[in-house]
Amino acid sequence: MPHRKVGFGLGSIGSTVVNGVWRLGYASRFFLRTLLGSGMSFRRFHLTIREIYFSGVMSLIIILVSGLFVGMVLGLQGYETLQKYGSESALGTLVALSLVRELGPVLAALLFASRAGSAITAEIGLMKATEQLAAMEMMAVDPISRVVAPRFWAGVISMPLLAAMFSAIGVFGGYLVGVVLIGVDEGSFWSQMQAAVDFRQDIVNGVFKSIVFGVAVTAIALFEGYDAPPTAEGVSHATTRTVVTSALAILALDFILTAFMFRGV
Amino acid sequence: MERTTLDIWVGAFVVAGFIALTILAFKVGNLAGYDGSETYTVYGEFDNIGGLKVKAPVKSSGVVVGRVADIQFDNQTFRARVSMKIGNRYQFPKDTAATILTSGLLGEQYIGLDAGGDPANLKNGDQIKLANSAMVLEQLIGQFLYGKASEGAAEGAKAK
Amino acid sequence: MCAFQRSKEQIPVPAENLVEIGDLNFAYANRPILKGINMRFPRGKVIAIMGLSGCGKTTTLRLIGGALKATTGSVRVAGQDLRELDSDGLYDMRRKMGMLFQFGALFTDLSVYENVAFQMREHTDLPESMIRDLVMMKLHAVGLRGAHKLMPSELSGGMARRVALARAIALDPMLMMYDEPFAGLDPISLSVIGNLIRHLNDALGATSIVVTHDIQESLKIVDYVYFMADGVVVAEGTAEEIKASPLPFVHQFVWGEIDGPVSFHYPSPPYPKDLLLETSYAA
Repeated sequence: MPHRKVGFGLGSIGSTVVNGVWRLGYASRFFLRTLLGSGMSFRRFHLTIREIYFSGVMSLIIILVSGLFVGMVLGLQGYETLQKYGSESALGTLVALSLVRELGPVLAALLFASRAGSAITAEIGLMKATEQLAAMEMMAVDPISRVVAPRFWAGVISMPLLAAMFSAIGVFGGYLVGVVLIGVDEGSFWSQMQAAVDFRQDIVNGVFKSIVFGVAVTAIALFEGYDAPPTAEGVSHATTRTVVTSALAILALDFILTAFMFRGV
Repeated sequence: MERTTLDIWVGAFVVAGFIALTILAFKVGNLAGYDGSETYTVYGEFDNIGGLKVKAPVKSSGVVVGRVADIQFDNQTFRARVSMKIGNRYQFPKDTAATILTSGLLGEQYIGLDAGGDPANLKNGDQIKLANSAMVLEQLIGQFLYGKASEGAAEGAKAK
Repeated sequence: MCAFQRSKEQIPVPAENLVEIGDLNFAYANRPILKGINMRFPRGKVIAIMGLSGCGKTTTLRLIGGALKATTGSVRVAGQDLRELDSDGLYDMRRKMGMLFQFGALFTDLSVYENVAFQMREHTDLPESMIRDLVMMKLHAVGLRGAHKLMPSELSGGMARRVALARAIALDPMLMMYDEPFAGLDPISLSVIGNLIRHLNDALGATSIVVTHDIQESLKIVDYVYFMADGVVVAEGTAEEIKASPLPFVHQFVWGEIDGPVSFHYPSPPYPKDLLLETSYAA
């Protein structure tokens, strides 16, 4: 009897692995089809503009408010720690580097996944459940190039812009708390920041990170929606999965990218 | 929503994003301090570079004139070979001295250039002959304690 | 109304067939769904495919639309075997087809006007003024010209179905397919849709295939009926022939009887056993 249980366990592990690999392959094929079907997103750019409105502009409030608060918290906590070593003047460096390198791209991507990614999954899933995608296909319009690809490119365009705004307003939040509220010297706040933050090394890498996150989040959201079982339950599960998978993907990718970018510095 | 209203919003969004990027580049980062690729490279050999890092500033009279481009260990001389990229608009005499300095007691390390009096200027690929090592805090403290100890010993001897 | 009456009198003559299905087999992952189907859909007719849920009628429709590929056998539309078409050829074919989905499947992010204009914008380079005229004509045909500014969420079920119908006929298709057009409608909307199916078919000179299990409404408008059960065609004929059919299954279906060949009970062990009247040691 026990060995049968072991066999059953192994079997379920095996089928999970096979399923996972199968899904990954299917997702890659879907991603490839999206890239190949991208022509329309640029030829009829108003389709993409519309989606930038829904994923980018609509995420603006949450990104700006969160960025401001994250920057303010960094200012407070950073000051608390730095003043123990008498180096409050390095506050600007701390706030700017943590935002530009890590927190800006990562937190903006996490917020984007939960605000825009889940909305994309729910929308595509509902379009599938209500046969809108099938209807489109029957009208000889490829839903991948008409529906999926514009959303993908909108996400890829929006994400770095949102991350840049997050970092910029975060630095402003750190300035508000550090300089205006606590009274760190304004000159050293900015000059130390400027001396430490390198354009190529820090800002360009941060932007690159956020582009990668934008690709990952939108691709996951679109695939989950497109792949969702066409029922209310299926769509709601897919929406949850989008947020969870995106968050994991963002953090894992962040580690890999950071390891490549800042190695030996 | 009307298509034009939507376009305005998206346009504003993109503009705001690029403004944020520009702020990051110029206000937060140091893009303003660069003059593109207009630089020449000189190098110096130091016994000890302490905690000097690539990208550390090269200053003269406190003004940033360049950056450390590369740090390598020379297998022949057993010294550190530091390459510096200096902006083309800053010209220094051939007998300029380079010293590794520290901003503040515990701050970052940088290279200070002290201009000499030679009429010929440094050119691309030249070596700075006078290269003074970093002051290593541990050594300073060691010297200080050693000095104190020997002072004490001398005083003790006097007292006897 | 006059045209409606007249076409009902016509007995289907084996004219040229727009769609021909020959010895069609279809299986999902080794589970056979359709087993040797033969059907013919002559030009200009309204033909119903009827049967219980899960008997394969929607699958048949999807095969005609090219959304599925036959395992064996052929589906010919306008003389073209769909299995021989590549995806571009299939898309060209679909431009000549219109399909009404079960609940309309309107694009929820587009207004009624944009829904109807959708195919014109995707497939043609018509100027905006002409698109507007065409959209208004199509909406007028289904009686909803006044609703062109509404969003799909503001429509009732029957109106949504009519807008979807206007969208399906946007490019004047030669073949119209209806997937359960009567499901979930009130009696008035039901007759309105039924009437429109007949009227539009005659006005467009198209051929219509109606998949439904609403027997009373569809028998009023169709020329010919295929009756399916378990993946095979069990009966076919005109509406009158179907109504008068002696086959017990068809009779049960047409008159909605509770018991017959289709049993009320799902296959189950003997009733007393489930009530534990027989104890396990006795067994």
